[in-house]
Amino acid sequence: MVAHGRFENKFLERLSNDVNVAFNTPVTVAQFHHDIALYFDPARKQYDANRILKLVHAEYSSQNIKTMGLFQVDLFIPILTYIFGQAEYKGNAGIASVFRLRNEQYGMQGNERLLYERFRKVVIHELGHTFGLIHCHVPICVMRPGTYVEDIDQKKHLFCNKCSNELDLELVKR
Amino acid sequence: MKTTISMLIVDDEDSVRDSLYNWFIEDGYEVDCAANAKEALTKIESSRFDIILADIKMPGMDGLEMHRRIKALNSSAIVIIMTAFASVETAVQALKDGAFDYITKPFDPDDLSHLIRNAAKQISLKNENEALKNKIVTLENIEDIVGNSEEMIRVLKEVENVAPTNSSVIITGESGTGKELIARAIHSNSPRKFFPLVTVHCGALSEDLLESELFGHEKGAFTGAMFNRKGRFEMADGGTIFLDEIATISMKMQIELLRVLETRSFTRVGGNKEIRSDFRIICATNKDLKKMVAEGTFREDLYYRLNVVNISIPPLRDRKEDIPMLVNYFMKKYCTSMSRDLINIDPAAMRRIVEYNFPGNVRELENMIERAIVVGNGKEIRLKDLPLEKDIISDSNDSLNELEKKYIFQTLNKYNWNISRTAKALRIDRVTLYNKIKKHDLSQPK
Repeated sequence: MVAHGRFENKFLERLSNDVNVAFNTPVTVAQFHHDIALYFDPARKQYDANRILKLVHAEYSSQNIKTMGLFQVDLFIPILTYIFGQAEYKGNAGIASVFRLRNEQYGMQGNERLLYERFRKVVIHELGHTFGLIHCHVPICVMRPGTYVEDIDQKKHLFCNKCSNELDLELVKR
Repeated sequence: MKTTISMLIVDDEDSVRDSLYNWFIEDGYEVDCAANAKEALTKIESSRFDIILADIKMPGMDGLEMHRRIKALNSSAIVIIMTAFASVETAVQALKDGAFDYITKPFDPDDLSHLIRNAAKQISLKNENEALKNKIVTLENIEDIVGNSEEMIRVLKEVENVAPTNSSVIITGESGTGKELIARAIHSNSPRKFFPLVTVHCGALSEDLLESELFGHEKGAFTGAMFNRKGRFEMADGGTIFLDEIATISMKMQIELLRVLETRSFTRVGGNKEIRSDFRIICATNKDLKKMVAEGTFREDLYYRLNVVNISIPPLRDRKEDIPMLVNYFMKKYCTSMSRDLINIDPAAMRRIVEYNFPGNVRELENMIERAIVVGNGKEIRLKDLPLEKDIISDSNDSLNELEKKYIFQTLNKYNWNISRTAKALRIDRVTLYNKIKKHDLSQPK
């Protein structure tokens, strides 16, 4: 995982442990050194997720390593008003941002525990796509698509049986 | 039937294509992209897409024009128009041209997902509808043709296809399979249905009688010809003539028949006036006409004239899944005709019926049910009401050992497990019978 911006060490450590458990795969955290100012769209006042994803892929991922870029900025893709995260389906790179996950974004009091919960789900969801998992309709499965933070709150950070089996098959192949 | 929905995304902006590709691939759709209308049309020509998501503004050819061309190539595809400008005029035009819907960029993720889900639902319903249509037969007057098996659906689909035409039909199938019912179904569903269906059972008539039946006769043509009489071909004018057991007609009649089929005209026996008749001919046989042609007992030219369409009816043993439905149909039919209360069938009796081979096909089953209703207790059809016990050997696929066991058990039951009488009937001594009972682990039913 490559972290951009100010993430607390404790936050990242916990996240790497949880991702390690979810995918049964060693996780390393590194700093994201590249400047993303280039990908800022002044008209939308947001960052172009497609281009950042390409950067993560080009600079940080490799054949046998899945790289997840962790961001604090507001991400968009041209077709949507905002996104929480994005990944290459069956690819090696993904990105996620805490920006739209914060309670403060919706006029509510900050909640660091809830923010972590949400972010963990988004990161695991996006990494799931890189392992070839598609959206799932089991209400509590982490692969269930979510448009709003409330959708993320309703699901768990775990895979349902079907997704879990598919992930196991993919992990065995590797 | 394919289950994955395929989608083509057409947009000149790389980032939009990439975003939509990622969005939908993660939803489990099969996704392909095209950067312009020309590339899209080439892809649509070679592959089939269920949903086409096309931008309205593209260089070269706009989305509306492309939509018209897509509809010409693949009218069943659902086209959704994307536009960056919420122009009501263009959206209305797209909908008028048959687009499924339109959506403005940037999309609300929920709107986009709902739109595609609705389109996918429509595609699933359409596919399901098509699959059901293939199973449903829209023929009229086929109440007596009972069966949902694949074989019967095939036969009825053939009837559906051939009925509106004027082609000659040969219906083949074992005795009792319902060839006449199929002939009736063809006639009832043809444009000739308001004219008569004239049936001639060729096997029941001698050559002279058949000639007179088919062509009619003039008064005094032969001894007993007291009046002028119309032949069956004449009666069938405007309608259909059904010649059952066509394989039984003589070589002389075959020549006559061929001539009539070629000219659609004939003269009555003893007459000299040429009569014209507009009829369709349907024949039926349980014989292998092709083999008869090879053996020289059936004229080849007549065979080819009759055999424009061949409908082969499967024997009942090849469509056993239809037996329960047929049993219920006949129970209802005969209980009603005998003014009795509707009765049930004992599951063991039904099992035995389904196991049976039915050499006499549906006719045998029908007679069996009628008999069981007559001799039964008026409440249900029991195993003992069925005349099936005799064929333990003729219809069995059992091993010799299994047959011996069944036969001894049946004989023991017949003599109420009286060992002496059973041994005598089986023509073996009592010790041997005891050994056999032990060997086969037989015991008296309680």
